[in-house]
Amino acid sequence: MPVRRTSPLVLSIAAVLAAGTLTACGGGTGSDPNTIKIAFPKDTDNKVTVRDNYVKDMAKEFEKKNKGKKVKIIPIQASAQDYVTKLQQMMRSPKTAPDLVYEDTFLINSDIKSGYLRPLDDYIGKWGDWKQFDATAKTAAKAQDGKIYGVPDGTDTRALWFNKKIFKKAGLPEDWKPKTWDDVLKAARTVKKKVPDKIPLNVFTGKAVAEAAAMQGFEMLLYGTGKDPLYDPGSKKWVKGSQGFKDSLNFVETVYGEGLGPEVDQALSPTMQTKVVTDLLPKEKLAIALDGSWLGQQWIKTGGSPWPEWDETMGMAPMPTQNGEAPGEVSMSGGWTWSIPQKSKNPDLAWKMIQHMQSQKNAVEWCVRGAQIAVRKDVAADPKYLNSMPGIKFFTKRVEHTEYRPTLPVYPQVSTAITEAMEGVTTGDASVGEAAKSYDAQLESITNGAVIKK
Amino acid sequence: MSATDLGVVGKEVPGRGEPPRDQRLVRRRNPWRWLPIAPATVLLLLFLAGPIAYCAYIAFTDMQLTGQASASFVGFDNFTKAFGDENFRNSVVLTLVFTLISSILGQNTLGLTLASLMARSTKAIRSITGAVVICAWVLPEIVAGFLLYTFFSKEGTLNEILAWLHLPSQNWLFTLPIMAVSFANVWRGTAFSMLVYSAALSEIPKEVTESAEVDGAGPWKRLWHITLPMIRRSIGTNLMLNTLQTLSVFGLIWAMTRGGPGNRSQTLPIFMYDQAFNKSLIGYGTAVALLLLVVGALFSVVYLRLMREEV
Repeated sequence: MPVRRTSPLVLSIAAVLAAGTLTACGGGTGSDPNTIKIAFPKDTDNKVTVRDNYVKDMAKEFEKKNKGKKVKIIPIQASAQDYVTKLQQMMRSPKTAPDLVYEDTFLINSDIKSGYLRPLDDYIGKWGDWKQFDATAKTAAKAQDGKIYGVPDGTDTRALWFNKKIFKKAGLPEDWKPKTWDDVLKAARTVKKKVPDKIPLNVFTGKAVAEAAAMQGFEMLLYGTGKDPLYDPGSKKWVKGSQGFKDSLNFVETVYGEGLGPEVDQALSPTMQTKVVTDLLPKEKLAIALDGSWLGQQWIKTGGSPWPEWDETMGMAPMPTQNGEAPGEVSMSGGWTWSIPQKSKNPDLAWKMIQHMQSQKNAVEWCVRGAQIAVRKDVAADPKYLNSMPGIKFFTKRVEHTEYRPTLPVYPQVSTAITEAMEGVTTGDASVGEAAKSYDAQLESITNGAVIKK
Repeated sequence: MSATDLGVVGKEVPGRGEPPRDQRLVRRRNPWRWLPIAPATVLLLLFLAGPIAYCAYIAFTDMQLTGQASASFVGFDNFTKAFGDENFRNSVVLTLVFTLISSILGQNTLGLTLASLMARSTKAIRSITGAVVICAWVLPEIVAGFLLYTFFSKEGTLNEILAWLHLPSQNWLFTLPIMAVSFANVWRGTAFSMLVYSAALSEIPKEVTESAEVDGAGPWKRLWHITLPMIRRSIGTNLMLNTLQTLSVFGLIWAMTRGGPGNRSQTLPIFMYDQAFNKSLIGYGTAVALLLLVVGALFSVVYLRLMREEV
């Protein structure tokens, strides 16, 4: 057989392989003016259905109130990073674009810049309830063009959760209040020594849990090392080569290198976030967790892993700054917003749905069910909200000294670079110096050189 | 890749009584001979060449999934970036290691061994072995990935077996991720080689082996001087198809390790996915896909050379 004739075949096989790996088909449904499609993330643990249930209930009420209208819910069950990707792919085409999407505020500016989202100013202008939202919440989804692209339904703060029973066994105080990073590490070391069958401390790390690692893990450390450690608003440049960055990586390295954290392979698995809240904490296998205000939502009666005793078992302490610098504590805030994609065919109906979900009554309902920190004044003052959950006052108090991420369009990429640096030191593949250097190099490329050395 | 690719294998069987090559060509030189394959050609152009051309175009732009409104042409920037990117080079090395271990050494050798053992065994054993091996091949890639994940994971079957034998257990997916995924690929893909070689071995005329035996050639000599040269073309084809398939393995590795920990099992397809969809750099990811295509083409050229050489 002459060989030359086989070549095109070979090339086409090679081409099919390559093309096959890149092109994905999306099945689009036609759009019906009476149906709105809502996309939101579904937890990776099937038992956790807080958000699904809330959206389902809201949809049912909405359909009842608006005869002839239908709500199609699209729960996307995926890891945090895959949810983002899937949503962006859906919003790219009018065939697949949902009418309403639930977006993390860290994404909103990059999606606005891509033209995926629709400004809501015209709607908001005619909406009486907007004045109830507090000032920071109003800017949560404000783009650089000054327009508003999403309605926040809550915010969050972060701190240290600790198990008082394990602390007691380890001889640590039940009203623990660490003043510095060293205090945190000391407590973890004590747990490791005195109660060796428990995991002393969890700090989210690595690429698989994505923004959870960057925000709950790294930035909770980094923002305790000084002012504007990630982005310098004065020069409008990203910070590279800072000592705070290395110190934070060093903390992560200490946690995993000394065996104070969970097993590394577990820490790097994409379901770690779910595991902490539904398994490690309620089954009392973990002593300290650097985590968010929303954990309680899983432990209440309607949550994914009901745990009635959690109120007596879990203590909360603010995350200290590195060496106890003023104001002595650090917290990060974010939150999610409801937004309408640019390519939605039913924006008016979608807006009606946002209004429905953000009526005072339904907003209280969501803040209670979702263990959200309220963004509306009338919700924050509602006794049902205030008494909904132990700890809500503690986490609401953290808002005073909370920090917000520089949610600029390139932030999602910066966040990925942070998680890579973390993963490097967690596995031991890179030293702190190497990981920080590689972050700096990536940062320069991501921001086109808009960096400043601090 | 589908089973229809096996059709290629059939062509490798040395034909007997075929008309000489030039005579064949003359007889077929009729302009209408294109007509029956025209629809297929059009479809191929539309659904294969189209997307590939589009991919090739994107590879020269800075298209992103999010973070910027429109893409612009950037020339060879993505390719320069790839070669300067430590992670890309790491992925190339891992891809070669993965291909060498799992396809060239693993699937290919094991497939040949199985086929020759089966050729000599009874029909019952042949069917049972065949069925078992093919089962692994029939499973969807992602299912096989999860199965092998549970096999290799820390509390998985492999460590259970080792513990039972009083051997120390290992966290395979963490300490040796590239070996674990390579083994998984061997497990999954050997059936294909086995089928190819079974077909090839059955085409070797009995008289040839028998007369070699009579002449006093031992099993190794027979293998080296008779069997291998006679199935040389099948080896080439099998190696080529195996390699190309292995180069593009994604689901298996994704399910087992997601390319981690760190970048220790990040082969090119995983790297490409990571760039295109996790980092939103569609343009760069596509450029990497094109480079992957080049790697595949290079392998193909090598194998084609191998097949062309006269015995």
